[in-house]
Amino acid sequence: MKRLGNQLFFTGPTMIFFSIALLIPFVYGFYLTLMKMATPVSPMEYAGVENYLRAIRDNKFWDSMWLTIKYVGATIVLVNVTGFALAYLVTSGLRKQNFFRTAFFTPNLIGGLVLGYIWQFIFVRSLPTLGEKLGVELFRLGWLGDANLAFWALVIVTVWQSAGYMMIIFIAGLISIPRDVIEASTIDGANSWQRLTRMTIPLMVPAFVITVFLSLKNAFMVYDLNFALTGGGPYDSTKMVSMHVVQKAFIENNYGVGQAEAIILFVIVAVVTGVQVYYSKKMEVSG
Amino acid sequence: MADRRNAFIIITYSLLIAALFIFLFPFLLLIVNSFKDNGQILENPFSLPTSLSIGHFVDVIEKMNFLVTFKNSVLITVVSVVLISLFSAMAAYYMVRVATRFNKTFFAILVASMIIPFQSIMIPLIYIYGAQLKMIEMAPIPLLIALYVGFGSAFSVFIYHGFIKSIPLELEEASLIDGCTRKQTFFKVVMPMLMPTSVTIAILNVLWIWNDYLLPSLVLTKEHYYTMPIKMKVFNGTYMNNWELLIPAILMTVLPVLIAYLFGQRYIIRGVMQGAIK
Repeated sequence: MKRLGNQLFFTGPTMIFFSIALLIPFVYGFYLTLMKMATPVSPMEYAGVENYLRAIRDNKFWDSMWLTIKYVGATIVLVNVTGFALAYLVTSGLRKQNFFRTAFFTPNLIGGLVLGYIWQFIFVRSLPTLGEKLGVELFRLGWLGDANLAFWALVIVTVWQSAGYMMIIFIAGLISIPRDVIEASTIDGANSWQRLTRMTIPLMVPAFVITVFLSLKNAFMVYDLNFALTGGGPYDSTKMVSMHVVQKAFIENNYGVGQAEAIILFVIVAVVTGVQVYYSKKMEVSG
Repeated sequence: MADRRNAFIIITYSLLIAALFIFLFPFLLLIVNSFKDNGQILENPFSLPTSLSIGHFVDVIEKMNFLVTFKNSVLITVVSVVLISLFSAMAAYYMVRVATRFNKTFFAILVASMIIPFQSIMIPLIYIYGAQLKMIEMAPIPLLIALYVGFGSAFSVFIYHGFIKSIPLELEEASLIDGCTRKQTFFKVVMPMLMPTSVTIAILNVLWIWNDYLLPSLVLTKEHYYTMPIKMKVFNGTYMNNWELLIPAILMTVLPVLIAYLFGQRYIIRGVMQGAIK
């Protein structure tokens, strides 16, 4: 009896709020996909798998999904490489290291929405002026008006923001590598490049598991930055899957299909992150 | 050898300074242009302002209804973060110390839930709490806080769980033998020891909740409830391309966090580091 009281006292609040925010909507979300429903107030009727069929036949959904996968691929590589390079530089034992760490982390304090507006000013107003003055053609183009360049603008801003966060995680990994391991390899005649690629990076696999997982999840779910920087334009060419789902449900008033597409997104994210964590854990053991 | 060492130092510093420029340049651009009018901004965004007039800031504070918006953001963030920390610490403590099958299962569900993308619960959320229960209409701020507490709990319980496992049992046993109940033991003995972890968790949650846009944009439909990001979005829509107002507004939106960072940067960096290791 006392035990039940304690159980409710300690875990009750978390159970309640977790159920309200996540558990109930998540389970209910599956039920909603089986219903024909336009808006939340329109009457529902059973529709079977029709919403899923319509989601599968929705070309725009798959376009946005494909674009998201390209964005995921590009950002994972660039965020991690940049983050690792920064971490490597700020742990090399120079003075003022902490100042640099603090500075590189700063972009993480800004939310995706405001980030998008800041960089809009850079891409729309500042770079073209700079290009004009310096005669650099690449800067003079309006990046956000070109489908291909707008995509890379999103990637660049993401790297600018997230690299500092990953840097911190890499720093934690780098300073936990025992000094004598590195020293031993130096005595054995390894040069600094060999030390980096044969010793340091393999020992950093646990840190990479976390950073790749985080960048993967963030990239799949990107919305705020996409919305504020390009708004999906020009002509929907940079509309990623989150934005597609939001518009499907709340602007096109198609809740059922939107939710079916959201569930497909969940399955893809779950499978990809599951595979990633499984394989990198395996590398951790053998590497 | 000394030459090589010097060359290494010079190269490293050059790279660091180049990177520093790239990371801080957007902030400099914002500050410089916040004092200029449209003519000067359009002519050359890189020129220095001719005067340090704060006229546009005053204008923006008024037009954004800054004080109300700021107060909303502070209220929502502070209440959510305090509740997340308290409830998650309690739950994690009990799950570690009383590891019944139920508690183990609940913990596993919490951890697994971290891969659920927000997008796949967003539509049912609006359906249940908006259309059915009318909470978006009647009590949007309590609803938003409740949702944040729920969304934040999985990650926070996970971090507390990892830390509490490493606390030796002896201290608590002493207190339990002295006749304290489990509740007293938790609040008097365990909670103070969790302080550093609580700081970490609070920081990570503040960054997320303060900057969040999508969820509040769905829940807060009336203007006097708006948080800073939503207000910024509306402001951007109203004053499209009117950079002499937009830039001070952007700066005002990020300034509170930047100031907090200036004072607490040691804790923030350490917090992120600890959050990652666990």
